[in-house]
Amino acid sequence: MKILNRLHWVDWLILALITGFALYIWLQIAGTLNYKWRWHLIPNYIVGWHTKREEWFANVLLQGLMVTIRITLYASILALVLGIGLGLARTSRNMTVRLLARTYVEFLRNIPPLVVIFIFFFFLSVPMIDALGLERWARAIARSENNQIWIFFFGDMRLFPQLVAGTVVLALFESAFVGEIVRAGIQSVDKGQREAARSIGMTYMQEMRYVILPQAVKKVIPPLANQFITLIKDSSIVSLISVQELTFKTLELVASTRLIFEAWLVCAGFYFIICFGLSQLFARLEK
Amino acid sequence: MTKTPVISARNLDKFYGEFHALKNLSIDVAEGERVVICGPSGSGKSTLIRCFNALEYHQSGQLIVDGIEVYEGSNEIIRLRQNVGMVFQQFNLFPHLTVLENLMIGPLKVRRVSKADAEATARRYLDRVHIPDQADKYPRQLSGGQQQRVAIARSLCMESKIILFDEPTSALDPEMINEVLDVMVELAEDGMTMVCVTHEMGFARKIADRMVFMDDGEIVEVADPETFFTAPRSERCRDFLEKVLHH
Repeated sequence: MKILNRLHWVDWLILALITGFALYIWLQIAGTLNYKWRWHLIPNYIVGWHTKREEWFANVLLQGLMVTIRITLYASILALVLGIGLGLARTSRNMTVRLLARTYVEFLRNIPPLVVIFIFFFFLSVPMIDALGLERWARAIARSENNQIWIFFFGDMRLFPQLVAGTVVLALFESAFVGEIVRAGIQSVDKGQREAARSIGMTYMQEMRYVILPQAVKKVIPPLANQFITLIKDSSIVSLISVQELTFKTLELVASTRLIFEAWLVCAGFYFIICFGLSQLFARLEK
Repeated sequence: MTKTPVISARNLDKFYGEFHALKNLSIDVAEGERVVICGPSGSGKSTLIRCFNALEYHQSGQLIVDGIEVYEGSNEIIRLRQNVGMVFQQFNLFPHLTVLENLMIGPLKVRRVSKADAEATARRYLDRVHIPDQADKYPRQLSGGQQQRVAIARSLCMESKIILFDEPTSALDPEMINEVLDVMVELAEDGMTMVCVTHEMGFARKIADRMVFMDDGEIVEVADPETFFTAPRSERCRDFLEKVLHH
């Protein structure tokens, strides 16, 4: 154990303090709160056994996780598209376009995420879902027979409107940050590159497409990967607009079973595994 | 020489904020003419030639290049730039493209010629700047002198009528300057219309039809090279030549 020899006495002290603190919390939970740990119940809420149909099925926690993964994926695709548009708008030569984009970004950066989510939800998502008649349309698919593809991509179709709302709201929120990353990427390309592109007669679109963006992409990928991980974590906020993702499902589970500590720890564990796993993966890909 | 001018500048004025960069400046360049512009730094030489292909815009006066009037917001600027090439001090090659792709992208995307034609043209001009064997390398793998020659070939590939040189050798190590100047001399001998901003007086003497000396945003002296180097009229020009010729 080489590592043990390298530890200084200060390290031991810190370790002891941390262990002591953890023990104290533990005793508080067990003693003062008189909490009974029931870890054995948890696996059943991840994957349950359907006694009638005699098959395994994804129970609440896994269902929530699936929804989290779905909205994160769809929201990041949408946020990327919006963000690229926003990034281009921020570097546009037209002042009105620049100003509008700037206003949007500044609003989003200076209002708490939670408030932004509610505003987007009530002002944009709800009217949009109503106007498109998504609710009725999704129910019809839920009742139809050939709906496996829909279920694969969007899960329970009865909850489709919430999924759309969550995705749109998250994407709008994240697009501001993606936009700033894209803008920084575009502006990091040397000014001489633009001049060279122009001097051979390229239009603004050609200059962007063939010269600036290919160079910006390389610089933008690492911060974008980071933003993607942030988006996974931010997705827990949409539980407040009734999107049935991991956090929402955990809340439900806690309310119905009182497995307070176990459920939240498992929920945290899921987020951690995904986010940490991805950050390790991205770090490896960058090399 | 009474050919029609391909560049005709009348009373140009340009300001950067308070700074008066070009002061009521007029100059004509005839077709096939080689004009060398020199002068101390900050005298407006670069600004002037950057106006010629609309990388900068003058604020008053009239500028007509290749029959097209240059002003901000003109929708003929793209057409103008296709006919006026530019070689920059910092080369500005596209680092994400190979040498060959650097040369082909203009003809392919701007002039819309076929891929085979674009490649043939690119290889022909690479030959002409004496680096045919570097076609598949990336710019960062080349020396400064080679990069600048690729940049020259890139403008040539656009079949430009006029090429502007903005201090093309100022960013080069001394041993690479000549290989670039040699290429430029060959171009001059082929009759290309050239406007060069440079401090290379030996080169200027060799190729220039006309020398232009600028100082403080104005054209101070215009003369044929012989007169310019042996008997400059103005004090400022004499001072300048003194400094660059006897360092």
